[in-house]
Amino acid sequence: MLNAFTHLLIRDLRLALRNRHELANPLIFFVLVVSLFPLAVTPTPEALRSMAPGVIWVSALLAVLLSLDRLFKQDYDDGSLDQLMLSPNPLMILVLAKVLAHWLLTGLPLVIIAPLLGLFMSLPVEAVDVLVYSLLLGTPVLSLVGAIGVSLTVAVNRGGVLLSLIILPLYIPILIFGANAVDVASDGLPVRGQLLFLGAVLALSLSLAPLATAVALRITASR
Amino acid sequence: MWNWIQRFSSPKYFYSMSAVLIPWFAVGALLVGLYGLYLGLFVAPTDYQQGESYRIIFVHVPAAWMSLFIYMVMAVSSGIGLIWQIRLADMVAAASAPIGASFAFLALVTGMLWGKPMWGAYWVWDARLTSELILLFLYLGYMALQSAIEDQRSADKASGLLAIVGVVNIPIIHYSVEWWNTLHQGATVTKFDKPSIDIDMLIPLLLMAVAFKLFYAAVVLVRTRNEALYRDRNRRWVRELIAQL
Repeated sequence: MLNAFTHLLIRDLRLALRNRHELANPLIFFVLVVSLFPLAVTPTPEALRSMAPGVIWVSALLAVLLSLDRLFKQDYDDGSLDQLMLSPNPLMILVLAKVLAHWLLTGLPLVIIAPLLGLFMSLPVEAVDVLVYSLLLGTPVLSLVGAIGVSLTVAVNRGGVLLSLIILPLYIPILIFGANAVDVASDGLPVRGQLLFLGAVLALSLSLAPLATAVALRITASR
Repeated sequence: MWNWIQRFSSPKYFYSMSAVLIPWFAVGALLVGLYGLYLGLFVAPTDYQQGESYRIIFVHVPAAWMSLFIYMVMAVSSGIGLIWQIRLADMVAAASAPIGASFAFLALVTGMLWGKPMWGAYWVWDARLTSELILLFLYLGYMALQSAIEDQRSADKASGLLAIVGVVNIPIIHYSVEWWNTLHQGATVTKFDKPSIDIDMLIPLLLMAVAFKLFYAAVVLVRTRNEALYRDRNRRWVRELIAQL
């Protein structure tokens, strides 16, 4: 079982690394969207600072949302998803491997680049590390919950808008607490509560979302 | 037991059974609703702070309750449909979604109309209004998924799973929105603070809640009948019905 997990993880990572160009796209998108806001609203540091947490978090959310397609689409199209479902290993574990690969390839790079964007948006330095922590706890949830949505819509033609319609409302708690943690930190207040909440949601979705994704995949495959 | 459930939940049996029930629910909703409105609009005392405009709660609050209640109904019947493969439960879930979305919309509109004289703005990012808005989005997502998948069986299963995921999320969303608002700012305006509501206001409110429930029961039965007829349009019992016309 563990063997299947690592094999699938390595396979997904390897497949993605062979297509490096695509790998960078969500990251570029993230940076691009964030840098639109100073252009559209105002470049004054005070204004930027006050909207920075929200802007960075919303952009991260959208970047993950747009990359979710990668999670199952290719495997669905070439039939390897069906093969995965036929394997004797619990589908939940395989889903977990795929989600972990997705997070390593999209969530983690966003976390790494986020400090730079924090500086772009003139966040105070104390808030930058909270930004990193909050994204570190929050982006895995985005991948986990997003996996449910993709597995329901992967067989739908032009399911992209539909996916955002059904997934974005579910992302709201993460957005609220992630952005709020950064906001509170830039005022120099303690952020423990917010980070603990993000951790709790991560634990919850880590245990339940793969289950729901497995059920959703079987529904999609039964068509 | 199982046979009994199978027979009871067959669309054909449901179709004839619901024809008996619908008039009762509909007339009940009308009578209770009219009486509740009369008590609410004419008998209940004027609020000492909000004047007459508080009377919108007799529509607003039951609508908000119903929007949550119907989502629960949807999730439970989707669960029944997913686990025991009872087609009727899937039909109820699918038939409920537009009704629930309408109630959420009604709650939002009445909330906005009440907000204008009370808060001075149609829309305030108040915690409750916001979570009602998110609930409306959840309904719309469910309906979008339901209509995007062509095969009826998998459309039911997929949107049913979404409803269940949504129901797990509703408390999380509700409380995070509530905390979001209190974290951002202290309560500048005490919003829907309901300190010991007057009994003369409570009775019409509860009557209206009952009327809304009965209304929902009548409408969901009508809509489920339509679903049953449409989905079983090629089955024998529907053809026999048509032949009788």
